[in-house]
Amino acid sequence: MGAMQAPAPPERGWHDMGGLAAGAVDPAEHDYELWERRVDALLVLCGSRELFGVDGLRRALEDLGADAFVRMGYYERWIAAIARNLVETGVLTNDEIGRRIAEVEQRGTTYGEVGDP
Amino acid sequence: MSETVRFAVGEAVRVRAEWPPGHIRTPWYVRGRAGRIERHCGVFPNPEELAYHRPDARRLALYRVRFAMRDLWEEVGDGGDTLDAEIFEHWLEPVRA
Repeated sequence: MGAMQAPAPPERGWHDMGGLAAGAVDPAEHDYELWERRVDALLVLCGSRELFGVDGLRRALEDLGADAFVRMGYYERWIAAIARNLVETGVLTNDEIGRRIAEVEQRGTTYGEVGDP
Repeated sequence: MSETVRFAVGEAVRVRAEWPPGHIRTPWYVRGRAGRIERHCGVFPNPEELAYHRPDARRLALYRVRFAMRDLWEEVGDGGDTLDAEIFEHWLEPVRA
């Protein structure tokens, strides 16, 4: 009778990167676009309304998967994770989000200025 | 429910060598490793439960645990460096004598 195979090692989360090689850190400062500031403010608003907080954000970010870390920018991942949490907590439905995205796309490809709706 | 504080400053503890799915706040590189309690940080609702919108998240003691770097990464050598990580109580076990 053969020996039992050891179970496959569990898969490390893509985000759980402490101790792994990751290349040099770019220390350059950069400014944030208006839409990025609004995403940041939206998270703070969700917390102040006690809808969800940083833990729900982090969990949803992790669930985006390793590919998102490569394909998406920082605040792109944030808004995806915020949207997930808003659907989970019943604030929005995916259908409402989809319809609003379609509305906004009709306006064109540039983002508005402060004061625009 | 009482909020007990299980471990004392200086006590030797080991991080559970387990790999649950989902949102975990204990980094991979300390799982199964032993260190010592550097301080008790307070009692907080478990972020692993808050992450899933649980209104009844357990309140758990949080500890700063000090590890020897060489115990985490052998290749670091014996320079005496340490690493502190804040670990929730449910992830810690006493080290058997």
